[in-house]
Amino acid sequence: MELWFSEYHAPDVKHSIRVRRHLYSERSAYQQIDIFETPEFGRVLALDGNVMLTERDEFIYDEMMTHVPMAVHPHIKDVLVIGAGDGGVVRELARYDRIERIDLVEMDPMVLEACRKYLPENASRLDDSRVHIRFENGLRFIRKCQDAYDLVIVDSNDPFGPSEGLFTREFYGSCCNALRSDGIMVNQQGSPFYRHDAEAMKRSHQRIASTFPICRVYQAHIPTYAAGYWLFGFASMKYHPIDDLDPEAWRALGLKTKYYTTRLHVGSFYLPAFLEDMLREVEYAGEKRGDFSGL
Amino acid sequence: MGTEKQRLDQRRAPVYEALETFRQMRVVPFDVPGHKRGRGNPELAEFLGERCVGVDVNSMKPLDNLCHPISVIREAEDLAAEAFGAAHAFLMVGGTTSSVQSMVLSACKGGDEIILPRNVHRSVINALVLCGAIPVYVAPEVEDRLGISLGMRREQVAKAIGKHPNAVAVLVNNPTYYGICGDLRSIVQMAHGAGMLCLADEAHGTHFYFGEGLPLSAMAAGADMAAVSMHKSGGSLTQSSLLLTGPAMPAGYVRQIINLTQTTSGSYLLMSSLDISRRNLSLRGRSIFREVVHMAEYAREEINQIGGYYAFGKELIDGNAIFDFDATKLSVHTRAIGLAGIEVYDLLRDEYDIQIEFGDIGNILAYLSMGDRPQELERLVSALAEIRRRYQRSSAGLLSQEYLDPEVVSSPQEAFYAPKRSIPLRQSAGQVSSEFIMCYPPGIPILAPGERITQDILDYIEYAREKGCSLTGPEDPEIRNINVLTGGGTEGKGHGTLV
Repeated sequence: MELWFSEYHAPDVKHSIRVRRHLYSERSAYQQIDIFETPEFGRVLALDGNVMLTERDEFIYDEMMTHVPMAVHPHIKDVLVIGAGDGGVVRELARYDRIERIDLVEMDPMVLEACRKYLPENASRLDDSRVHIRFENGLRFIRKCQDAYDLVIVDSNDPFGPSEGLFTREFYGSCCNALRSDGIMVNQQGSPFYRHDAEAMKRSHQRIASTFPICRVYQAHIPTYAAGYWLFGFASMKYHPIDDLDPEAWRALGLKTKYYTTRLHVGSFYLPAFLEDMLREVEYAGEKRGDFSGL
Repeated sequence: MGTEKQRLDQRRAPVYEALETFRQMRVVPFDVPGHKRGRGNPELAEFLGERCVGVDVNSMKPLDNLCHPISVIREAEDLAAEAFGAAHAFLMVGGTTSSVQSMVLSACKGGDEIILPRNVHRSVINALVLCGAIPVYVAPEVEDRLGISLGMRREQVAKAIGKHPNAVAVLVNNPTYYGICGDLRSIVQMAHGAGMLCLADEAHGTHFYFGEGLPLSAMAAGADMAAVSMHKSGGSLTQSSLLLTGPAMPAGYVRQIINLTQTTSGSYLLMSSLDISRRNLSLRGRSIFREVVHMAEYAREEINQIGGYYAFGKELIDGNAIFDFDATKLSVHTRAIGLAGIEVYDLLRDEYDIQIEFGDIGNILAYLSMGDRPQELERLVSALAEIRRRYQRSSAGLLSQEYLDPEVVSSPQEAFYAPKRSIPLRQSAGQVSSEFIMCYPPGIPILAPGERITQDILDYIEYAREKGCSLTGPEDPEIRNINVLTGGGTEGKGHGTLV
């Protein structure tokens, strides 16, 4: 018997993974949650039929979301993670002793439950004493926060479902307000390749650029995401992602990673020409913005 | 829905069912419309979808005729009448404007007096232009802090009836745009006691017929006619509406009045949407509007926590001019953050991609309905919090009043058709207007035909223009000039009055 899971990466493009077993399938108040076991990618978490993570390539995403800001801002103590019910980002954050508090705000308790049960490696640090989990709408939670965090990580689903509110100007504005004056926001910013995704990516970049004075995009190769090509946003009022990187200090921590290195950190901010054009198109004319030559 | 006797099966939707049957019969069309189920206009079919254009059909025996309903449309009207507790219901396809006008034209002839609050929708005064009835305006109460006009007080209605015993009808907004209701039951009793009809503009009150804890509906209060915007809170397609009548109204005559101005090619898209929506409200209305009220109450609480804004609710109720408040309405007073409502309205759309129903001088209204979800409400609340954080300023110099008492010099019809000349708006103080000026929405005239133009009114119009309100009404699209009466408007016989 052949059992395949397929996901549309674009209206005319499908990505398929052979499935060994369907481990979990439930509908929560917000979305359809599925976990499969697959020969190539290990366990796969899908929300509303979209792959969120696989055991095989989640390290790329989770490391790039966390180590990039952690290697730039030397005094991160309080972190807010929005989304990320699988726990992968929290697992990476928990490796830093200097972090004192991690607030995880996830809308859907069933995602967390399912991941604890079927993706125990990702969820391994959710019980760390520094981690405080709240089940709440992220937009609602953050609009009541002010000067409370050094780092906000927005680990959302794609912008066309229940996470849409996490790609809006009101959300980015609230993040800015929730951060201390030297805080950093990192968000998953989708893919620039297929048209539909590219438009959403540009919209969210424009909104971030109009909210934060420093706003850069960086990239990674993630096989199971659309086009295998994924972007992240780095936004701050103070820290520049490359000028303020302290490679020696980060290497001195002795953290073993599978994807992230401080050399790759710098390289990931160097973008292909078509993407530079796309970002320039939506950024406001300004001295710093839209100028990639002086990275 | 009447509880005592359930004659009809509200699960039925006869127009919708007839269209489904018709679709399956694959009848060959040698009649209008000429797009022939969309085949002749593939771009339109692609845009709207084949299912949609396939039922854009003409009146025919199996589908009945809106001008003279005897089968499925008649059944749909009977079902709607039962669902709304009316003696008769008319499916309307010209918007609630057509329902309001048919209601007024059914009640009044030329020269008849009609008692009404001045803060009516333009469609009411338009109907007076058409039929020549004379308005007796009751100046609405104004809430001082919010600057919004309220319902008519009982004493004011009694006074108007006393001074104009020959008036034929009293017209009531139930509710106003902001969700404010007067004491409708008492007003109906006063009108009936004086031998007058009571008409209700329920453009914003469809849900009153189906919710619990919502203000009293016109039919339940004993009113004689009600214009109900099914396409607003009822969920049907834009431009579809219902006209409800009570037992005292001759249904055949009302039908004749409707047919004076109604299309003879009534849209089956609109009629089926009325039919399906009535079924939905009848079967599930209670739980639907319970949820809408719940969302509105939640949003009010959250918005009031932001600070500066005032999302008002039932605490306003005073037993008379604010006899009741429609809790589904989410109105927010913005003046305290130093922004006019219209400015917040524009910021929400331009900066946050959020379109709300309207913003005027001191308030905004976000329209909540059966289609809303909590996550969108969170966006609205967060965007309001952001607007306050980014744009808050001193509220000095902001106007607060939404309503200015007019001086009525001549009847709307007389003024509209009288000899007139066009003069620059800013030089028009003291003249009598021959046309409307209003901000749209909400579409309540600042100036109506036959009213004296004052410097206060001109200042208000300039202020509204400066703040970004969309002004409409005059013949001059730029609204720099206004038509005024050449004779000053004093020669007419029947004036209107302000009580």
